[in-house]
Amino acid sequence: MALSEEEIFSKVQSSLEDALGVDDDEVTMDATLVGDLGAESIDFLDIVFKLEKAFDIQIPREELSPEDILTNSQYVQDGVVTADGLAELKKRMPWADLSDFEADPKVQNFGNLLTVGDLCRYVGSKVND
Amino acid sequence: MRWFWVDRFTEFVSGSHAKGIKNVCLDEEVVDNYCPGFPVLPPTLIIEGMAQMGGILIAEHFDFRKRVVLAKVGKGKFYAPAKTGDRLHYDVRLDAVQDNGGTVVSTSHCEGELQAEIDLMFAFLEDGFLVDGPLFEPGDLKVMLQIMNFFSVAVDANGNRFPTYENL
Repeated sequence: MALSEEEIFSKVQSSLEDALGVDDDEVTMDATLVGDLGAESIDFLDIVFKLEKAFDIQIPREELSPEDILTNSQYVQDGVVTADGLAELKKRMPWADLSDFEADPKVQNFGNLLTVGDLCRYVGSKVND
Repeated sequence: MRWFWVDRFTEFVSGSHAKGIKNVCLDEEVVDNYCPGFPVLPPTLIIEGMAQMGGILIAEHFDFRKRVVLAKVGKGKFYAPAKTGDRLHYDVRLDAVQDNGGTVVSTSHCEGELQAEIDLMFAFLEDGFLVDGPLFEPGDLKVMLQIMNFFSVAVDANGNRFPTYENL
């Protein structure tokens, strides 16, 4: 059964409150997981577990963390993601808004890219396929 | 000091759950010292006991091939102090596993009453991360499991009693 955007947001919000110990009013669509909500690397594993349970989905590691692209010399030169790398990221993560990252595609900037909205769109792509 | 915070496994079913007991004794220094005049087992060590059982539950699920470490305490609710003379009954259930970590949900009961609820998340150390090689000296984990009565009660993934593991 398809879920509405509101239903998806509500479950994502609840999962992030549990995983990150943040208040519901902090979890807005524009909030970044790392910068605004304080997520650390280990929290992403926790978020994956909580989303899998909340939505009864499977989340392969590479879908949310494209480390294989960001560490591949074919797609990264001098710490900057190449045009080919950006194309690969867009293909892998069509649900993510990469426009800010495209303006300054340093690998180090990728860590603070994902927003709550991205996560909702990702989950939506899984449950409403 | 030996870092054993569960006395004995009483039940272990691979991929499902583990049960065990922890007796709270006044001769344990930490029980006597934690809150002078009111000896209790510190809640953090109840979490540690659950983590030892949960870590073993998850490690066994992967035939002890993963380097399992406690990564996060998701929930910790304590309803009563664990006082000297109490016997805590731990029940740790496998909740979810991935190729890079796992979660368990667990409870502690004393005389039939819920004493604590703990949710834990474990991560697997990738090769070369933090330390190289296994987290235990050869045979040490096996001895620890023997002391804790693990092999007497364990049922492996194939339903076999008295399991053996290549990686221990």
